[in-house]
Amino acid sequence: MQERLKNILEDAKKKLEEAVSVDETENIRVRFLGKKGELTEILKSMGSLTPEERKQLGQEANKTKQQIEELLQEKKEALKAIAQQAKFRMEKIDVTEPAKEIKVGTKHPVTITIEEIAKVFKSMGFTLTEGPEVETVFNNFDALNAGPYHPARDWTDTFYVNDEVLLRTQTSPVQVRTLKAQEPPIRVFAPGRCFRCDTPDATHSPMFHQVEGLVVDEGITMADLKGVLDSFAKQMFGEETKTKFRPHHFPFTEPSAEMDVSCFKCGGRGCRVCKGSGWIEILGCGMVHPNVLKVGGIDTEKYTGFAFGMGVERVAMLKYEIDDIRLLYENDMRFIEQFK
Amino acid sequence: MIVSLEWLKDYVDVNVDPVTFCDRMIMSGSNLETLELVGQDIKKVVVGKIVEITKHPDADKLSVCQIEVGEESPIQIVTGAPNVFVGAYVPVCLDGSHIPGPLHGQPKVEGGVDLKASKLRGVLSNGMLASFSELGFSDKVIPVDQKDGIWILPEGLKVGEEVVSALGLEDAIIDFEITPNRPDCLSMIGMAREAAATFGESFRYPETVCKNEVEDVNDYVKVSVESENCKRYTARVVKDVKVAPSPWWLQKKLIHAGMRPINNIVDITNFVMLEYGQPLHAFDIESLAGHQIIVKEAKDGDTFVTLDGTERKLDSEMLMINDCEKAVAVAGVMGGLNSEITDSTSTIVVESANFFSNSVRMTSKRLTLRTEASGRYEKGIDPNLCQAAADRVCYLIELLGAGTVVKGTVDIYPKKETANRVHARVSRINHVLGISLDRETMVKYLTNLEMKVEGEGDDLYVTAPTVRQDMAIEEDVVEEVARIYGYDNLPVTIPKGNNEAGQSHDRDVKDLTRETLCGMGLNEIQTYSFVSPKGLDNIRIEEDSWERNFVKILNPLGDDTSVMRTVLTPQMLEVMARNFNRKLPAFAAFEIGNTFTANWLDEKGLPYESDNLSIGMYGKGVDFFTLKGVVAGLLSKLGIKDIVYVPETEYGVYHPGRCARIVATNVHTDFEGDEEIELGIMGEVHPEVTEKYDIDTKAYVCELFFENVIELSNTVKLYHQIPKHPAITRDIALLCDEEMTVREIEEAILGLKIDLIKDVKLFDIYRGAQVPENKKSMAFSITYRDDERTLTDDEVVKAHSAVLATLKDKLGLTLREM
Repeated sequence: MQERLKNILEDAKKKLEEAVSVDETENIRVRFLGKKGELTEILKSMGSLTPEERKQLGQEANKTKQQIEELLQEKKEALKAIAQQAKFRMEKIDVTEPAKEIKVGTKHPVTITIEEIAKVFKSMGFTLTEGPEVETVFNNFDALNAGPYHPARDWTDTFYVNDEVLLRTQTSPVQVRTLKAQEPPIRVFAPGRCFRCDTPDATHSPMFHQVEGLVVDEGITMADLKGVLDSFAKQMFGEETKTKFRPHHFPFTEPSAEMDVSCFKCGGRGCRVCKGSGWIEILGCGMVHPNVLKVGGIDTEKYTGFAFGMGVERVAMLKYEIDDIRLLYENDMRFIEQFK
Repeated sequence: MIVSLEWLKDYVDVNVDPVTFCDRMIMSGSNLETLELVGQDIKKVVVGKIVEITKHPDADKLSVCQIEVGEESPIQIVTGAPNVFVGAYVPVCLDGSHIPGPLHGQPKVEGGVDLKASKLRGVLSNGMLASFSELGFSDKVIPVDQKDGIWILPEGLKVGEEVVSALGLEDAIIDFEITPNRPDCLSMIGMAREAAATFGESFRYPETVCKNEVEDVNDYVKVSVESENCKRYTARVVKDVKVAPSPWWLQKKLIHAGMRPINNIVDITNFVMLEYGQPLHAFDIESLAGHQIIVKEAKDGDTFVTLDGTERKLDSEMLMINDCEKAVAVAGVMGGLNSEITDSTSTIVVESANFFSNSVRMTSKRLTLRTEASGRYEKGIDPNLCQAAADRVCYLIELLGAGTVVKGTVDIYPKKETANRVHARVSRINHVLGISLDRETMVKYLTNLEMKVEGEGDDLYVTAPTVRQDMAIEEDVVEEVARIYGYDNLPVTIPKGNNEAGQSHDRDVKDLTRETLCGMGLNEIQTYSFVSPKGLDNIRIEEDSWERNFVKILNPLGDDTSVMRTVLTPQMLEVMARNFNRKLPAFAAFEIGNTFTANWLDEKGLPYESDNLSIGMYGKGVDFFTLKGVVAGLLSKLGIKDIVYVPETEYGVYHPGRCARIVATNVHTDFEGDEEIELGIMGEVHPEVTEKYDIDTKAYVCELFFENVIELSNTVKLYHQIPKHPAITRDIALLCDEEMTVREIEEAILGLKIDLIKDVKLFDIYRGAQVPENKKSMAFSITYRDDERTLTDDEVVKAHSAVLATLKDKLGLTLREM
């Protein structure tokens, strides 16, 4: 009997080795372990044996059964793995084929630049505010301390709707609106469109964008102005950026300054972008002129403030090395999509 | 303002190199445009004297010159210059010399030209004789008589000396940007004053007192001023004038300041103008009828021939200088041909006058004639300069021996300009700047700027020279202290106090819209706020539509930018057309921008400004429903519910069968109850419109009144429980006329207001076999669910029967066998 069990095991082993499909292994299982299988037959025939012999043979038979089951399992898994490998080989793809396009659009570079500037000022506690593009002559000039004969008022410089209404030439009238509407402390910035009578060419556009800023509170100093704008420059153009404040003139600030930043293309060594000087003029700023504060009914003894303004196109053009401002308003998709 | 550093040293001691000089001047407020170091690239060019000239044996146009150059014997140089003569002093470029060039008749070479001895047609030339331009001078400054041929140097120079030192050619030419508040800096004296304060050096005024004056000016000329636009008129007279070329020192200063020397009289007036910033004019007294000067406005329609030979039309707002018969100059702009100084002039009237800046500006603009003088008057000049400038002219004429100065000045100066005395406080200056500077230092800064400081303790009473018309209030004093202290020396601090940063709901919605649309693959565009009114014709907007309620620009650059836009669609189509014409196969973009409509209630009031959003698309696979998907997706992202798309057949922009108005329904309002609000319109662009824009494909456009979208946008999110109980869906197919819309069926079903109906969704439209002509089969899926418990079959059957009944009763629709 034991001999037979051994033969069965050997036989099953051999059959399994020859098997090439999961189906075949199933047939082998039925043949050896099925209800009418060879091993089952042996177990059935044990009735004629002594309890002693039965016990011993039973153990042996069970052991053989277990061994066959293990072999079956192994074989099945091996065959499954082979089958899967074959399937994978069939399903192999060329991953270098082009992607199925899922288009992502891009914002206009002017928007992107405004958002970058806005992010910095928001982080410094500035609130975004806006004003109309069509403004009063008063808000655009008189309230900003521009005298009645200021050349910017000329019809050759400024677009007029009538003698009291114009297309704003700067975002500074938002300062006036804010000062009229709000009590200090004030800490706002205002992006927006501006207009001047410039015939379009590579560096001029009759419409452009500015970002204006205004801070008014007790004890605001010119050192604060430097601190805020220096911090802006570092956040906007990189931690290494240095700033230089030069005296300048604007009717609505006194003292006034222009801020240069060390060239963010060459780090100040001098290159094409900074025209070799190592510095790039980036914005105008100054302490708010008392005449402007007075328009807003603000006590100029108690409060001081600073204001600044910068051209968005200028920043965008420097940053992206765009050499013609007209590209910004042509809206060729191949241009816009470069700013993804 | 062009400053010759060597000239500036006449008034102030500057002991630093040009680069340091510029750096410090920048930081005290004179911004640098350009710095040019001249004379440095002229090497081995010496003063020579021609001692003999012979003809070249083989070339008619060449001469062979023997020239003393300070060596034992003269050297031989061959030249083609026609103006050489024996005894002439000339610049000689020796063998191995270097000059900036360009060489005569040749293009400019970067880095200059090296010269060597060579043979010209077989005759040895030990170098070259140089012209002005070969030594690097620009054509516009070369004296008229030196334009052709080589440079004939002033006599008496030391033969053999380098021309650079003999003529003082080394200089730093600095162009400073002068801000409009500082017209006083448009003068050498003004810049010297700045330099003195910047470097803490003292400053010297030039000499103005003549040694010998004769007779009385009042016997020569009478002046009357009949206009308020002339703030001051001073006149001096010089007789026995000898017009001649100026000496080299004077010519050199003008040349380095960028001006061409003409003759001694003209050169002196130009020189003094650059020195003081005060324009001057010289008349030949014989051309002034009655020896009279009358300052008054012209009459409309008068004409006048200016010095440049052009006849100009005048009007009654233009200020003129007249004699008792005729006009002789446009005040502050240009003299007349009729009173020009000539070689035969013997007595001149020197005008040193002050005209109102705006009057000169308007005159100059209307005549389209801008001159050095008009540019200066426009910016504003201190009337107190007139006398000193006139005196300086007389002094220099005497110095050059160019005439005899007549004693006295005719001076009409009705309202004397006096200096402001400005009160400032030491404490306030420190408070604004964030520093703690002592009074003494402040006083020193101000005194160096020629300001008088009085008062004590905290009080500073500051009187600036009258040229400083910008000094009016305390803040002006703050700025003076700040810039001399140095902005770069101010501390860097962050303002105290903290503010909550924020932005409006408007801006939030705009930001979210941009993000969403970009996420859907659309690009953002930006177009001008002003447009052509013809854009509305192109998109077939009717004559009397609200869209034509334009805000018009009175002085536009052109017709195509003459009105503020009322809608964005025409520009979207323009951009689509541009991209289509550049062969871009697909396009999807949006613009968020202001639109403007005129304020009819208040003509002088501001127009209505509101944001619109336009979307435009074309390309393979793009149709109405692609665009609708974008619109619906956006509105859903913005939290706007219950949108319906109402067919619109009348709006000219769109295909009448493929256009919808976008309407928000069930909008809760406080007064009117639930309302419908129109958000915009969308559709396939009318073929006539695409044809107009040369877009040879189907295009889809949407324009939203973004203000309404912003108003309704609600991005507050609330959690709703995920349904616990199963839903039951029933699909129905309905045989409909072609005219039947999805919306009619949806409305009929949802109109039942059965709570169990949670969704009605079209999932198929079928036309073809088993469906008759002009009919279609529309298949809907209806979802039933009870949020509280599991539905029973009976409940569903009951609700579904009601649906079928209403479809039959209201729309006459019956189920089609599926």
